[in-house]
Amino acid sequence: MSNVIHDFTTTVPFWEPRVTPINLNDATDEQLDALKVTPSNTKVSEYVLVLARDAETLRERTPLFNAIMYNRGGLSRAERELSATGASVVNRCVYCAAVHSSRYNMLAKNETVMERIFADGAEAELDPRQNAILQFAMKLSQTPPEVTQDDMTVLRDAGLADDEILDLILSASLFGWANRLMHTLGDPIEKSD
Amino acid sequence: MNAQETTTVRCAGSIETDHPLAETLDGRSDIFAMTEQAHDAALTPVDPGGLTHAERAALACRMARLNAEDDLAHHFEGLLTSANPTDTAMHIADPKYDGGSDTRLTALIRYTDLVTRDTKSVVAADISALTDTGVSEDDIVRLSELVAFVNYQARVVRGLRLLAGAS
Repeated sequence: MSNVIHDFTTTVPFWEPRVTPINLNDATDEQLDALKVTPSNTKVSEYVLVLARDAETLRERTPLFNAIMYNRGGLSRAERELSATGASVVNRCVYCAAVHSSRYNMLAKNETVMERIFADGAEAELDPRQNAILQFAMKLSQTPPEVTQDDMTVLRDAGLADDEILDLILSASLFGWANRLMHTLGDPIEKSD
Repeated sequence: MNAQETTTVRCAGSIETDHPLAETLDGRSDIFAMTEQAHDAALTPVDPGGLTHAERAALACRMARLNAEDDLAHHFEGLLTSANPTDTAMHIADPKYDGGSDTRLTALIRYTDLVTRDTKSVVAADISALTDTGVSEDDIVRLSELVAFVNYQARVVRGLRLLAGAS
Protein backbone atom coordinates (compact mmCIF):
# COMPACT_ATOMS: atom_id res chain seq x y z
CA MET A 1 0.00 0.00 0.00
CA SER A 2 3.08 2.24 0.30
CA ASN A 3 3.04 3.02 -3.42
CA VAL A 4 -0.39 4.70 -3.47
CA ILE A 5 -0.14 7.90 -5.52
CA HIS A 6 -1.44 11.07 -3.86
CA ASP A 7 -0.13 13.74 -6.25
CA PHE A 8 -1.77 14.57 -9.57
CA THR A 9 0.02 13.20 -12.61
CA THR A 10 -0.60 12.80 -16.34
CA THR A 11 0.89 9.29 -16.20
CA VAL A 12 -2.03 6.87 -15.84
CA PRO A 13 -1.41 4.68 -12.75
CA PHE A 14 -2.60 1.17 -11.98
CA TRP A 15 -5.87 0.93 -10.09
CA GLU A 16 -5.91 -1.44 -7.14
CA PRO A 17 -9.45 -2.39 -6.07
CA ARG A 18 -10.61 -2.22 -2.44
CA VAL A 19 -13.59 -4.42 -3.31
CA THR A 20 -12.98 -7.84 -4.89
CA PRO A 21 -13.56 -7.84 -8.68
CA ILE A 22 -15.85 -10.60 -9.94
CA ASN A 23 -14.19 -13.58 -11.61
CA LEU A 24 -15.08 -13.48 -15.30
CA ASN A 25 -15.46 -17.28 -15.32
CA ASP A 26 -18.17 -17.06 -12.64
CA ALA A 27 -20.03 -14.13 -14.24
CA THR A 28 -23.81 -14.44 -14.64
CA ASP A 29 -25.45 -13.88 -18.03
CA GLU A 30 -26.58 -10.46 -16.83
CA GLN A 31 -23.02 -9.53 -15.80
CA LEU A 32 -21.62 -10.76 -19.12
CA ASP A 33 -24.22 -8.67 -20.93
CA ALA A 34 -23.27 -5.55 -18.93
CA LEU A 35 -19.55 -6.20 -19.51
CA LYS A 36 -20.04 -6.64 -23.26
CA VAL A 37 -20.88 -2.99 -23.83
CA THR A 38 -17.54 -1.77 -22.50
CA PRO A 39 -15.16 -0.32 -25.13
CA SER A 40 -12.87 -3.35 -24.98
CA ASN A 41 -14.24 -6.82 -24.36
CA THR A 42 -10.99 -8.67 -24.92
CA LYS A 43 -9.41 -7.42 -21.68
CA VAL A 44 -11.88 -6.28 -19.02
CA SER A 45 -10.34 -3.95 -16.43
CA GLU A 46 -10.48 -4.74 -12.72
CA TYR A 47 -12.48 -1.54 -12.25
CA VAL A 48 -15.24 -2.76 -14.57
CA LEU A 49 -15.11 -6.20 -12.93
CA VAL A 50 -15.79 -4.49 -9.57
CA LEU A 51 -18.68 -2.50 -11.06
CA ALA A 52 -20.12 -5.74 -12.49
CA ARG A 53 -21.32 -6.47 -8.93
CA ASP A 54 -24.13 -4.05 -9.87
CA ALA A 55 -24.75 -5.23 -13.43
CA GLU A 56 -28.02 -3.32 -13.89
CA THR A 57 -26.36 0.05 -13.35
CA LEU A 58 -23.15 -0.83 -15.21
CA ARG A 59 -25.16 -1.73 -18.31
CA GLU A 60 -26.65 1.80 -18.41
CA ARG A 61 -23.53 3.66 -17.29
CA THR A 62 -21.11 2.65 -20.06
CA PRO A 63 -23.08 3.91 -23.12
CA LEU A 64 -24.08 7.05 -21.19
CA PHE A 65 -20.45 7.76 -20.34
CA ASN A 66 -19.42 7.35 -23.98
CA ALA A 67 -22.26 9.57 -25.25
CA ILE A 68 -21.38 12.42 -22.87
CA MET A 69 -17.65 12.32 -23.62
CA TYR A 70 -17.63 11.46 -27.34
CA ASN A 71 -20.95 12.55 -28.96
CA ARG A 72 -20.65 14.68 -32.09
CA GLY A 73 -21.12 18.45 -31.99
CA GLY A 74 -21.25 20.78 -29.00
CA LEU A 75 -18.23 21.25 -26.75
CA SER A 76 -14.91 20.08 -28.22
CA ARG A 77 -13.47 16.75 -27.05
CA ALA A 78 -10.51 18.54 -25.44
CA GLU A 79 -12.76 20.92 -23.50
CA ARG A 80 -14.87 18.01 -22.20
CA GLU A 81 -11.61 16.49 -20.90
CA LEU A 82 -10.77 19.84 -19.24
CA SER A 83 -14.18 19.79 -17.55
CA ALA A 84 -13.67 16.16 -16.43
CA THR A 85 -10.26 17.02 -15.01
CA GLY A 86 -11.65 20.04 -13.12
CA ALA A 87 -14.18 17.80 -11.35
CA SER A 88 -11.53 15.15 -10.66
CA VAL A 89 -9.23 17.75 -9.07
CA VAL A 90 -12.01 18.84 -6.65
CA ASN A 91 -12.75 15.23 -5.70
CA ARG A 92 -9.00 14.42 -5.68
CA CYS A 93 -9.52 11.42 -7.92
CA VAL A 94 -5.88 10.99 -8.97
CA TYR A 95 -6.73 8.15 -11.37
CA CYS A 96 -9.51 9.99 -13.26
CA ALA A 97 -7.42 13.17 -13.33
CA ALA A 98 -4.52 11.24 -14.90
CA VAL A 99 -6.69 9.62 -17.59
CA HIS A 100 -8.48 12.82 -18.57
CA SER A 101 -5.57 15.26 -18.29
CA SER A 102 -3.48 12.99 -20.52
CA ARG A 103 -6.33 12.83 -23.04
CA TYR A 104 -6.58 16.62 -22.93
CA ASN A 105 -2.86 16.93 -23.60
CA MET A 106 -3.14 14.58 -26.57
CA LEU A 107 -6.17 16.34 -28.07
CA ALA A 108 -5.04 19.92 -27.37
CA LYS A 109 -1.35 19.21 -28.06
CA ASN A 110 -0.53 21.40 -25.07
CA GLU A 111 0.79 20.33 -21.66
CA THR A 112 0.91 23.76 -20.01
CA VAL A 113 -2.79 23.92 -19.13
CA MET A 114 -2.72 20.71 -17.08
CA GLU A 115 0.64 21.56 -15.46
CA ARG A 116 -0.88 24.82 -14.24
CA ILE A 117 -4.12 23.19 -13.01
CA PHE A 118 -2.19 20.50 -11.11
CA ALA A 119 0.06 23.13 -9.54
CA ASP A 120 -2.50 25.87 -8.75
CA GLY A 121 -5.98 24.31 -8.95
CA ALA A 122 -8.72 26.93 -9.35
CA GLU A 123 -6.08 29.69 -9.34
CA ALA A 124 -4.35 28.33 -12.45
CA GLU A 125 -3.50 31.04 -14.97
CA LEU A 126 -5.41 30.11 -18.13
CA ASP A 127 -6.95 31.91 -21.09
CA PRO A 128 -10.46 33.31 -20.43
CA ARG A 129 -12.31 30.44 -22.14
CA GLN A 130 -10.30 27.67 -20.45
CA ASN A 131 -10.62 29.50 -17.13
CA ALA A 132 -14.41 29.84 -17.47
CA ILE A 133 -14.71 26.10 -18.19
CA LEU A 134 -12.43 25.10 -15.30
CA GLN A 135 -14.13 27.42 -12.79
CA PHE A 136 -17.58 26.17 -13.74
CA ALA A 137 -16.56 22.49 -13.53
CA MET A 138 -14.88 22.99 -10.15
CA LYS A 139 -17.78 24.99 -8.64
CA LEU A 140 -20.37 22.49 -9.91
CA SER A 141 -18.36 19.72 -8.22
CA GLN A 142 -18.75 21.18 -4.71
CA THR A 143 -21.53 19.88 -2.42
CA PRO A 144 -23.86 21.67 -2.64
CA PRO A 145 -22.78 22.99 -6.05
CA GLU A 146 -21.54 26.58 -5.90
CA VAL A 147 -22.49 27.70 -9.42
CA THR A 148 -24.77 30.73 -9.84
CA GLN A 149 -26.39 32.67 -12.66
CA ASP A 150 -23.23 34.84 -12.77
CA ASP A 151 -21.23 31.80 -13.90
CA MET A 152 -23.52 31.53 -16.94
CA THR A 153 -22.66 35.11 -17.85
CA VAL A 154 -18.95 34.33 -17.52
CA LEU A 155 -19.34 31.29 -19.83
CA ARG A 156 -21.30 33.34 -22.37
CA ASP A 157 -18.76 36.18 -22.26
CA ALA A 158 -16.00 33.62 -22.85
CA GLY A 159 -17.80 32.64 -26.08
CA LEU A 160 -19.59 29.42 -25.12
CA ALA A 161 -22.90 28.74 -26.90
CA ASP A 162 -25.83 26.93 -25.23
CA ASP A 163 -24.99 23.55 -26.73
CA GLU A 164 -21.41 23.88 -25.47
CA ILE A 165 -22.55 24.87 -21.97
CA LEU A 166 -24.90 21.87 -21.92
CA ASP A 167 -21.98 19.54 -22.73
CA LEU A 168 -19.90 21.26 -20.06
CA ILE A 169 -22.65 20.65 -17.47
CA LEU A 170 -22.96 17.00 -18.55
CA SER A 171 -19.22 16.24 -18.58
CA ALA A 172 -18.50 17.93 -15.22
CA SER A 173 -21.54 16.20 -13.66
CA LEU A 174 -20.49 12.84 -15.11
CA PHE A 175 -17.30 13.07 -13.09
CA GLY A 176 -19.36 13.72 -9.99
CA TRP A 177 -20.40 10.13 -10.73
CA ALA A 178 -17.12 8.58 -11.98
CA ASN A 179 -14.94 10.09 -9.22
CA ARG A 180 -17.35 8.75 -6.58
CA LEU A 181 -16.64 5.22 -7.84
CA MET A 182 -13.00 5.36 -8.91
CA HIS A 183 -11.69 7.28 -5.89
CA THR A 184 -13.67 5.27 -3.34
CA LEU A 185 -13.55 1.66 -4.59
CA GLY A 186 -9.80 1.51 -5.22
CA ASP A 187 -6.39 3.16 -5.04
CA PRO A 188 -4.15 4.59 -7.79
CA ILE A 189 -0.80 2.85 -7.46
CA GLU A 190 2.54 3.22 -9.21
CA LYS A 191 3.21 0.97 -12.16
CA SER A 192 6.02 -1.39 -11.18
CA ASP A 193 7.59 -1.91 -14.58
CA MET B 1 -38.01 9.51 -24.92
CA ASN B 2 -38.35 13.28 -25.25
CA ALA B 3 -35.81 15.18 -23.07
CA GLN B 4 -38.63 17.24 -21.49
CA GLU B 5 -40.30 14.10 -20.16
CA THR B 6 -37.28 12.93 -18.17
CA THR B 7 -36.94 13.32 -14.40
CA THR B 8 -33.75 15.34 -14.85
CA VAL B 9 -35.27 18.02 -17.08
CA ARG B 10 -38.55 18.12 -15.14
CA CYS B 11 -36.68 18.75 -11.89
CA ALA B 12 -34.73 21.60 -13.51
CA GLY B 13 -37.90 23.72 -13.78
CA SER B 14 -40.13 24.61 -16.66
CA ILE B 15 -38.25 24.08 -19.89
CA GLU B 16 -41.24 23.87 -22.24
CA THR B 17 -41.01 22.80 -25.88
CA ASP B 18 -41.09 26.47 -26.97
CA HIS B 19 -38.25 27.44 -24.57
CA PRO B 20 -35.13 28.66 -26.42
CA LEU B 21 -33.20 25.78 -24.80
CA ALA B 22 -35.62 23.03 -25.92
CA GLU B 23 -33.91 22.43 -29.26
CA THR B 24 -30.49 22.21 -27.59
CA LEU B 25 -31.85 19.60 -25.15
CA ASP B 26 -33.34 17.63 -28.05
CA GLY B 27 -29.85 17.48 -29.55
CA ARG B 28 -28.83 15.45 -26.50
CA SER B 29 -32.10 13.53 -26.04
CA ASP B 30 -30.16 10.23 -26.11
CA ILE B 31 -28.23 11.33 -23.03
CA PHE B 32 -31.37 12.33 -21.12
CA ALA B 33 -33.02 9.02 -22.03
CA MET B 34 -29.97 7.05 -20.88
CA THR B 35 -29.85 9.12 -17.68
CA GLU B 36 -33.46 8.10 -17.00
CA GLN B 37 -32.54 4.43 -17.53
CA ALA B 38 -29.59 4.79 -15.14
CA HIS B 39 -31.95 6.43 -12.63
CA ASP B 40 -34.24 3.39 -12.80
CA ALA B 41 -31.31 0.97 -12.50
CA ALA B 42 -30.01 2.74 -9.38
CA LEU B 43 -33.35 3.54 -7.71
CA THR B 44 -35.69 0.71 -8.67
CA PRO B 45 -33.54 -2.21 -9.88
CA VAL B 46 -35.12 -5.58 -10.65
CA ASP B 47 -32.62 -7.13 -8.21
CA PRO B 48 -32.21 -4.63 -5.35
CA GLY B 49 -29.86 -6.96 -3.40
CA GLY B 50 -29.51 -5.85 0.21
CA LEU B 51 -30.69 -2.28 -0.43
CA THR B 52 -34.47 -2.02 -0.67
CA HIS B 53 -36.19 0.34 -3.08
CA ALA B 54 -37.40 2.36 -0.07
CA GLU B 55 -33.87 2.66 1.37
CA ARG B 56 -32.54 3.71 -2.04
CA ALA B 57 -35.23 6.38 -2.48
CA ALA B 58 -34.66 7.65 1.06
CA LEU B 59 -30.88 7.87 0.62
CA ALA B 60 -31.39 9.59 -2.76
CA CYS B 61 -33.75 12.12 -1.16
CA ARG B 62 -31.17 12.76 1.56
CA MET B 63 -28.43 13.33 -1.05
CA ALA B 64 -30.63 15.68 -3.09
CA ARG B 65 -31.15 17.67 0.12
CA LEU B 66 -27.40 17.72 0.84
CA ASN B 67 -27.01 19.14 -2.68
CA ALA B 68 -29.77 21.73 -1.99
CA GLU B 69 -31.91 20.41 -4.88
CA ASP B 70 -35.48 20.71 -3.58
CA ASP B 71 -37.34 19.56 -6.69
CA LEU B 72 -35.14 16.50 -7.04
CA ALA B 73 -35.56 15.75 -3.31
CA HIS B 74 -39.32 16.01 -3.79
CA HIS B 75 -39.14 13.55 -6.69
CA PHE B 76 -37.27 10.99 -4.55
CA GLU B 77 -39.73 11.60 -1.70
CA GLY B 78 -42.48 10.50 -4.12
CA LEU B 79 -40.55 7.33 -4.95
CA LEU B 80 -40.07 6.73 -1.22
CA THR B 81 -43.75 6.99 -0.31
CA SER B 82 -44.73 4.70 -3.20
CA ALA B 83 -42.26 2.03 -1.99
CA ASN B 84 -44.21 1.23 1.21
CA PRO B 85 -41.43 2.50 3.47
CA THR B 86 -40.91 1.52 7.09
CA ASP B 87 -40.74 4.38 9.62
CA THR B 88 -36.97 3.91 9.72
CA ALA B 89 -36.69 4.26 5.93
CA MET B 90 -38.66 7.52 6.14
CA HIS B 91 -36.16 8.85 8.70
CA ILE B 92 -33.19 8.19 6.37
CA ALA B 93 -34.36 10.97 4.06
CA ASP B 94 -33.73 13.51 6.84
CA PRO B 95 -30.06 14.62 6.73
CA LYS B 96 -30.16 15.11 10.53
CA TYR B 97 -30.93 11.42 11.17
CA ASP B 98 -27.77 9.35 11.73
CA GLY B 99 -29.22 5.85 11.90
CA GLY B 100 -29.52 5.68 15.69
CA SER B 101 -28.63 2.31 17.24
CA ASP B 102 -28.87 0.36 13.96
CA THR B 103 -25.20 -0.27 13.12
CA ARG B 104 -25.80 -1.31 9.49
CA LEU B 105 -27.97 1.71 8.81
CA THR B 106 -25.56 4.05 10.60
CA ALA B 107 -22.72 2.75 8.40
CA LEU B 108 -24.78 3.15 5.18
CA ILE B 109 -25.78 6.71 6.10
CA ARG B 110 -22.28 7.71 7.20
CA TYR B 111 -20.81 6.44 3.91
CA THR B 112 -23.51 8.10 1.80
CA ASP B 113 -22.98 11.47 3.50
CA LEU B 114 -19.18 11.25 3.33
CA VAL B 115 -19.02 10.31 -0.37
CA THR B 116 -21.63 12.95 -1.22
CA ARG B 117 -20.08 15.83 0.71
CA ASP B 118 -16.38 15.08 0.83
CA THR B 119 -15.40 12.52 -1.82
CA LYS B 120 -11.72 13.44 -1.66
CA SER B 121 -11.47 12.34 2.00
CA VAL B 122 -12.67 8.76 1.46
CA VAL B 123 -10.03 6.15 2.43
CA ALA B 124 -9.84 2.34 2.44
CA ALA B 125 -11.00 2.23 6.08
CA ASP B 126 -14.35 3.73 5.03
CA ILE B 127 -14.98 0.67 2.86
CA SER B 128 -13.91 -1.69 5.69
CA ALA B 129 -16.33 0.14 8.00
CA LEU B 130 -19.15 -1.07 5.73
CA THR B 131 -17.96 -4.68 5.53
CA ASP B 132 -17.45 -4.69 9.32
CA THR B 133 -21.19 -4.17 9.83
CA GLY B 134 -22.04 -7.00 7.44
CA VAL B 135 -22.61 -5.03 4.20
CA SER B 136 -21.69 -7.40 1.33
CA GLU B 137 -19.28 -6.42 -1.44
CA ASP B 138 -22.17 -6.50 -3.93
CA ASP B 139 -24.10 -4.07 -1.74
CA ILE B 140 -21.07 -1.78 -1.39
CA VAL B 141 -20.98 -1.43 -5.18
CA ARG B 142 -24.78 -0.99 -5.33
CA LEU B 143 -24.60 1.76 -2.70
CA SER B 144 -21.64 3.38 -4.47
CA GLU B 145 -23.49 3.48 -7.80
CA LEU B 146 -26.58 4.95 -6.13
CA VAL B 147 -24.54 7.67 -4.41
CA ALA B 148 -22.54 8.39 -7.56
CA PHE B 149 -25.61 8.51 -9.81
CA VAL B 150 -27.64 10.85 -7.59
CA ASN B 151 -24.70 13.23 -7.25
CA TYR B 152 -24.42 13.25 -11.07
CA GLN B 153 -28.13 13.88 -11.52
CA ALA B 154 -28.23 16.67 -8.91
CA ARG B 155 -25.47 18.49 -10.81
CA VAL B 156 -27.12 18.12 -14.21
CA VAL B 157 -30.35 19.49 -12.71
CA ARG B 158 -28.52 22.46 -11.15
CA GLY B 159 -26.67 23.27 -14.36
CA LEU B 160 -29.79 22.98 -16.51
CA ARG B 161 -31.80 25.28 -14.27
CA LEU B 162 -29.10 27.95 -14.52
CA LEU B 163 -28.75 27.49 -18.28
CA ALA B 164 -32.54 27.73 -18.75
CA GLY B 165 -32.58 30.90 -16.67
CA ALA B 166 -29.92 32.44 -18.88
CA SER B 167 -31.45 31.50 -22.25
